[in-house]
Amino acid sequence: MTEVAQPFAELGLKDDEYQRILEILGRRPTDTELAMYGVMWSEHCSYKSSKVHLRQFADNAPSSEAMLVGIGENAGVVDVGDGLAVTFKVESHNHPSYVEPYQGAATGVGGIVRDILTMGARPIAVMDSLRFGEAEAPDTKRLVQGIVAGVGGYGNCLGLPNIGGEVGFDPTYAGNPLVNALCVGVLPHDRLQLAQAKGTGNVVILLGAKTGRDGIGGASVLASATFDDESPTKRPAVQVGDPFAEKVLIECCLELFDAGLVTGIQDLGAAGLSCAFAETAAHGDGGMHVELEKVPLREASMVPVEILTSESQERMLAIVEPANVAAVLALCEKWGALATVVGTVTDTGRLVITWHGETVVDVVPGSLADDGPVYHRPIQRPDLEQDALAADSSASLPRPSTGEALRETVLRMAASPELCSRRWVTEQYDRYVMGGTVLAMPHDGGVVRIGDDTSRGIALALDGNGRFAKLDPHDGAQLNLAEAYRNVACAGATPLAVTDCLNFGSPEDPAVMWQFAEATRGLAEACRALGTPVTGGNVSFYNQTGATAINPTPVIGVLAVLDDVAKRVPSGFGREGEHVIALGETADELDGSAWAWVMHGHLGGRPPAVRLDAERSLAALLRRAAADGLVASAHDLSEGGLAQAVVEAALINGVGATIEVIGDPFTSLFSESAARAIVTTDDAEALLALAGEHGVPATRLGVTGGDAVVVSDLFDLGLDELRAAFEGTLPALFG
Amino acid sequence: MPRVIVDVMPKPEILDPQGQAIARALPNLGFDNVTSVRQGKRFEIEVADGGDPLEVARLAAEAMLANPVIEDFTVHVAPD
Amino acid sequence: MPGAAGSLGPVSASITVGVVTFPGSLDDRDAARAVRAAGVQVIRLWHGDADLHGVDAVVLPGGFSYGDYLRGGAIARFSSVVGEIVAAAGAGLPVLGICNGFQVLCEAHLLPGALVRNAGLRFVCRDQVLAVENPSTSWTNQYAAGEQILIPIKHGEGRYVADAVVLDELEQSGRVVFRYVGDNPNGALNNIAGIANEAGNVVGLMPHPEHAIDELTGPSSDGLTMFASLLKALVAA
Repeated sequence: MTEVAQPFAELGLKDDEYQRILEILGRRPTDTELAMYGVMWSEHCSYKSSKVHLRQFADNAPSSEAMLVGIGENAGVVDVGDGLAVTFKVESHNHPSYVEPYQGAATGVGGIVRDILTMGARPIAVMDSLRFGEAEAPDTKRLVQGIVAGVGGYGNCLGLPNIGGEVGFDPTYAGNPLVNALCVGVLPHDRLQLAQAKGTGNVVILLGAKTGRDGIGGASVLASATFDDESPTKRPAVQVGDPFAEKVLIECCLELFDAGLVTGIQDLGAAGLSCAFAETAAHGDGGMHVELEKVPLREASMVPVEILTSESQERMLAIVEPANVAAVLALCEKWGALATVVGTVTDTGRLVITWHGETVVDVVPGSLADDGPVYHRPIQRPDLEQDALAADSSASLPRPSTGEALRETVLRMAASPELCSRRWVTEQYDRYVMGGTVLAMPHDGGVVRIGDDTSRGIALALDGNGRFAKLDPHDGAQLNLAEAYRNVACAGATPLAVTDCLNFGSPEDPAVMWQFAEATRGLAEACRALGTPVTGGNVSFYNQTGATAINPTPVIGVLAVLDDVAKRVPSGFGREGEHVIALGETADELDGSAWAWVMHGHLGGRPPAVRLDAERSLAALLRRAAADGLVASAHDLSEGGLAQAVVEAALINGVGATIEVIGDPFTSLFSESAARAIVTTDDAEALLALAGEHGVPATRLGVTGGDAVVVSDLFDLGLDELRAAFEGTLPALFG
Repeated sequence: MPRVIVDVMPKPEILDPQGQAIARALPNLGFDNVTSVRQGKRFEIEVADGGDPLEVARLAAEAMLANPVIEDFTVHVAPD
Repeated sequence: MPGAAGSLGPVSASITVGVVTFPGSLDDRDAARAVRAAGVQVIRLWHGDADLHGVDAVVLPGGFSYGDYLRGGAIARFSSVVGEIVAAAGAGLPVLGICNGFQVLCEAHLLPGALVRNAGLRFVCRDQVLAVENPSTSWTNQYAAGEQILIPIKHGEGRYVADAVVLDELEQSGRVVFRYVGDNPNGALNNIAGIANEAGNVVGLMPHPEHAIDELTGPSSDGLTMFASLLKALVAA
């Protein structure tokens, strides 16, 4: 009998990958095994194209005493003092969100929250970084409405405050929006959990929702392939979120952790049970026996391949000592969470999955989880395109010079989708739940207190300028890190650690791979220079429409700590009569700026110079000034430059300012030089002296007060007019 | 096992912003002659043989499925 | 304000307030924190427990009980603990329903009317100015009549509706307790943000006083006065 060829290509496996499976097993894989290799060795699960580049985050990591769990686990864990630790991570859910905006975004939030829960942490806040096509483009409204409602719908119902993030528009995201969600959680050191199946004879329990046909092959191409003749009708890969089930799962798991009832825990995300079984077994004692027919199903006709690759949401896998099983089941019953014994930990070194007594999988779990293919993808700088882009500087664009023209420019920029108020978005997110939110949008960084019995808090910021990264992926990634670092420093916090979501086009395009290699190299260098290690994150490739990739978009999150949240520094002008001081140096750096894009639709030239030493000094100054109670507000200068920063700071509390610009007014107002901020203080002399001690150039700009932004000798802009321009744009576009 | 359908609709006097939003959007798709849309909920209830399935569904609708302050409901047996 | 409450000393020490947790409750811890900030002890009440444990008042907190998949509060009202609360409220027990708790009180017919989807069809989280229209309930006696307070709102189904007869009666009898000032955030009839029962011991409102207990974590400390009012009412009783 001739053997029928196996459909490995339809499962996303290459010829040589299939050959490797044959070698590993010493035989043909079963259909079920083949499907598991397909999802586990997919780009999404195996990081096969990115692995060689991501290594530098660990290899070149700055030493950090705060790091308790580094890169490689579900999320990194950072010590914040008082026996408490914080874990945080950002992850993409881009492709599902384009197919079904609401559910794609909602399940993106749900997935990252489970990653944090898996570490033993109580999730305490979320943030999101969103990118859409041009705001006025026909399909943008559908995506914005659905994705924002999905992020809000899930997070609000889960009871997690959304404390910040960003929204951007650019034509390169038109067919490929970005939905990056970040979650942060807090845990006592001794509650740290690991995703390991240890202890022969321990019991494997599946918690949470029933398994259905949703999301099958979300991580690979299974959903678009005919697997075999018996497979039922193909289903869409859209997962549907149930935040209520997840809320119950969170409370239930935290009680399980506190009672010491589990020895290992893993969330079910991409590749579903395949991943959870393989990873926990591989990282534990090495063996597991699963009786797959015990998995509770939504549809009774599901077959092993479907059960193992389903990405149904709101599920967790727990490893429990036999003596504790009854207690675990009882606790789940109390919360109304489904809990089912599905297998045992063994010492065989093999993951054996049976289906009504028949063995359908018998493999070394590490071959699925850890020994996937690793590629050194071809890298090629697209010299022609990149050189032309660099040469196309913004210097030739007409610049406003009169007071009237400058006034008009400030107003138009403040009203542009690029820079206008995000209130329409952020009002759909609950920022108050849990009662610990100290700062949220529109402040530079989100700040939450990490418990009722402590004054300690954390600050978070998320930044990902894709235009700078397009001009220079290496410097662009560094500038994004610098901006997030600066944002948390403005809040008065000490930066500790970094998470990244690297959104790029196809890794099979050498030009995209060049962007990726440059961005990771730049990021690793800058993390080292700033002393903030990458603790975890996610890579999202294949973000493109046809042959056109998105702007490379490394979204960087920085976690920082505040010993006393009462010392946090808001971004808005608080009272009349405070001195406004500019910190940092302004050069003529308008390439890739909001001004070039908004006023001229121009992208070209070189991004602003990266100045990591200056960032460090500025952050140290801001932290010290906050601790000393010397600053009333601090706002970083980034997109839109000084003009936009003053507009935003004035509108937060409706307190205007009168400032003078030094040197060329246009450059002063719109340049996007890095390592700059504006602060307000009652004691300008003390602040200038402190800035001098830190080696940070500081300049008096003016004073707060009045109901207008006044730039002396140039123009006045009333706050009412500014507010109407700033606030009106998104509601007009998206209803 | 008899299956009963419970249709729950907002009372005519209650503003139905969801229905209105749909009604406003339909003309953009060429449905120019749609003059009104109201959005409700449909429940499919299976009742074990024994009692009067319609009566069971009616009681369930009164007790929980509909809120009589804002909603009306109707029950009927599902066609096979 | 905690100081003022604390000055009631030994009397308040024996007073307890129950805060209910349903599966899907979200602001239960925050409500408990706010009650404690007013100087009152908290007893957590579990939805499936038909026992009020002798509490002197009850707070039904915000959240999405049972996911609110049917209607806000529609399933929670059938829980064991709500059965006890309905009986005790009839006998004068002070009850405050916040947001989802307000929805539960309406579904349980302790308060008239209903809360339906916001007119704007979107969830709205913002700091909202309210006018205190009735300063004589168990939960508002420390406010001045007409006082304007700043309290966060955060809900997708907060538009208060009732038929004309009910609305008229609420207005005539002074049972509209809180009204939105400025933009009506959800299309509520008569700008109603909160109402009371006839006796004034049961109050429901959409805004979240538990998120306005200090200026560090909220827009004001105006919400604390609601819990201080309760203490005053209980001590006076």
